[in-house]
Amino acid sequence: MTTTINPELTAEHGEGHGAHANHNLTGFIIFLCSESVIFLAFFSGYAILKLSALNWLPPGVDGLEWRTPLINTAVLVSSSGTIVLAEHFKGKEKLWLFRGFWLLTMAMGSYFLYGQAVEWSGLQFGFTSGTFGGTFYLLTGFHGLHVATGIFLMGLMLVKSFLPGNYVGGEQGVQATSLFWHFVDVIWIVLFLLIYVWQG
Amino acid sequence: MTPTPSLAQGHPQLSWTRYLGFSTDAKVIGIQYIVLAFFFFLIGGFLAMIIRGELLTPPADLVDRTVYNGLYTMHGTIMLFLFIFPVLNGLNNLLIPTMIGAPDMAFPRLNTAAFWLVPVFGSLLIASFFVPGGPAYSGWWSYPPVSIQNPLGNLISGQSLWLLAVALSGVSSIMGAINFVTTILRMRAPGMTLFRMPVFCWTALAAQSLQLIGLPALTGGAVMLLFDLTVGTSFYRPEGGGDPVLYQHFFWFYSHPAVYVIILPVFGIFSELFPVYSRKPLFGYVYVCLASFIIVGLGLIVWVHHMFPSGVTMWMRNLFMFTTMLIAVPTGVKVFAWLGTLWRGKIQLTTPMLFCLGGLINFVFAGITGVMLATVPIDIHVSNTYFVVGHFHYVIYGAAVMGIFAAIYHWFPKFTGRMPYEGLGKLHFVLTFIGANLNFLPMHPLGLMGMPRRVSSYDPEFAFWNVLASLGAFLLGVSIIPFLLNMISSWARGPKATHNPWNAIGLEWLLPSPPPVENFEEHVPTVISRPYGYGTGLPLVEHQDEIERQLTLQEASA
Repeated sequence: MTTTINPELTAEHGEGHGAHANHNLTGFIIFLCSESVIFLAFFSGYAILKLSALNWLPPGVDGLEWRTPLINTAVLVSSSGTIVLAEHFKGKEKLWLFRGFWLLTMAMGSYFLYGQAVEWSGLQFGFTSGTFGGTFYLLTGFHGLHVATGIFLMGLMLVKSFLPGNYVGGEQGVQATSLFWHFVDVIWIVLFLLIYVWQG
Repeated sequence: MTPTPSLAQGHPQLSWTRYLGFSTDAKVIGIQYIVLAFFFFLIGGFLAMIIRGELLTPPADLVDRTVYNGLYTMHGTIMLFLFIFPVLNGLNNLLIPTMIGAPDMAFPRLNTAAFWLVPVFGSLLIASFFVPGGPAYSGWWSYPPVSIQNPLGNLISGQSLWLLAVALSGVSSIMGAINFVTTILRMRAPGMTLFRMPVFCWTALAAQSLQLIGLPALTGGAVMLLFDLTVGTSFYRPEGGGDPVLYQHFFWFYSHPAVYVIILPVFGIFSELFPVYSRKPLFGYVYVCLASFIIVGLGLIVWVHHMFPSGVTMWMRNLFMFTTMLIAVPTGVKVFAWLGTLWRGKIQLTTPMLFCLGGLINFVFAGITGVMLATVPIDIHVSNTYFVVGHFHYVIYGAAVMGIFAAIYHWFPKFTGRMPYEGLGKLHFVLTFIGANLNFLPMHPLGLMGMPRRVSSYDPEFAFWNVLASLGAFLLGVSIIPFLLNMISSWARGPKATHNPWNAIGLEWLLPSPPPVENFEEHVPTVISRPYGYGTGLPLVEHQDEIERQLTLQEASA
């Protein structure tokens, strides 16, 4: 093969359209948009079943206690603030402050999961107690799975922060985890309104 | 003189065994998808032969009724989730990177994982034939309450394996969709703005967006069905306050758009091929591009037309009848554009062109019965009859599968480096076109006469049309033989293909046949005009003459 092509014939371009540019964040955002539709499906299923139910609550259940879950909510929602702080400090290359706030966010997420477990264990109805029980555990459980995933991802990023030079010049994993955490938060707010506030 | 890799490695001696392993190369994965899809196509087709064999005579005499229920359920499931979707993803893998000048997909490893899930869930589905109680038998839509019956009480039943397989198929499709959308949005050649992108990429973008929006809804609904079946929740059990119609909403919210996921890329194939074989630019290029996204938007708000007899309220019937009929407008725009392209063109009746023309004829027929089915009174009259089966198979086999065959014949030389045989191809076309129409046309009078679908025995007055349909089905079964012969023999010893045997315009035709591993690598030509400049003399890219001259020189020396 002796043919060559004059390099001037073809454009050289590294950034943006380049051969191996990194598109992870784009892909992750597309994934999150898609994932939100599963929640949308569960939310609309919940609303349809609730609106058409004759006896929504199972016998012997008066409704859901909302005060402790409200505290849990406050913890989870404010953890969206601490993760923003963590990212801010990473941007300023203050890695220890980043790790501190990152760990705080993980702790707040774990506290939320713990509160959820305590609430579940004190409830008088199960997964098979009609559509109320089914949708309650399905929604909170599926969301809890996402909280756990978020904490796991944060753990990974924390470990990666100890690899020398790994966070120089930005790290898309941190950005993606942070986005995921905000996503989990927003979903919870909708979920809280649907399940705990709309009890009438 | 240092040889430039993108051209010098035009015919690398790569071992064929790379098709058997975990490759991350989109062109290898694309062929893996297509070959595996046709393997399942043969299984699904074999089931269809048994079904039509049973329906050759009015009494149920060939197979047991419960077996028959499993046969049509598995036929539909295999053909959709293991044939059509994988074969289209194969085409996406081959065509998207080469058409936009990208070296590979955005996420090559994700691509590998998405592909290898297909044999996994395919084996699960096939394994369900061998569990106690047999495979799922509730139809490809798995409506409750039929689908939440578990008479044997086993956790591993045909139905639970079916649900698992469909869930894994969803995961695989989502992984694929993220990859295709990111690749199209982020990795186009310099100068290739959205309105300089080939229509196939537009339709792929539209179809994959539908996957991303629709599939999660089905997944959510299927998770609830799985809990009803295995744990004993009552999301869809009326006796526990649940609502079986809710499942139908989840199912059709995805599964109606799923038909657009299938047909949109085929619209893309028509839009690519008609200009090549008419030697004219695509008529109304911008409108064809935009119509794809109008179909996406409308396609998401038509699903209730599958549920007119399911106890939905009157306002919903009227609303969804209206939106469904509106779909005919963007689709009509496309048909008009193709006819405008053909009009006074220098028509070349090659095998791919014949498949496109046949597919277009079948599609227009399916469109007419589609508008009929959108009309509430007609729909309620023919719901669950063979009219619906006939309409659906005209769309899927008559239009989509014929379009896919067209694409395979058209791009075969590009990706194998060999020319397919025209004679066998034309024989394949004639058998397919006659077989499909003989098979599916009689289903319409049968439906209007009131023959229900999914029955293994029927009234003798339906016998005449059923015999015709079965003969057509057997003809379709035979039609696959020349196709397979052609593919195997021409890949092994067909005449060598040049880089552009059809004189087509597009970035993929500025690559050697077969293209090197990373396509253009970093030497991507700059796109300077819209695609389909046939007969205009306008070059597609900068320095096009020089690139083509070098490709020709290289072919002469090889």
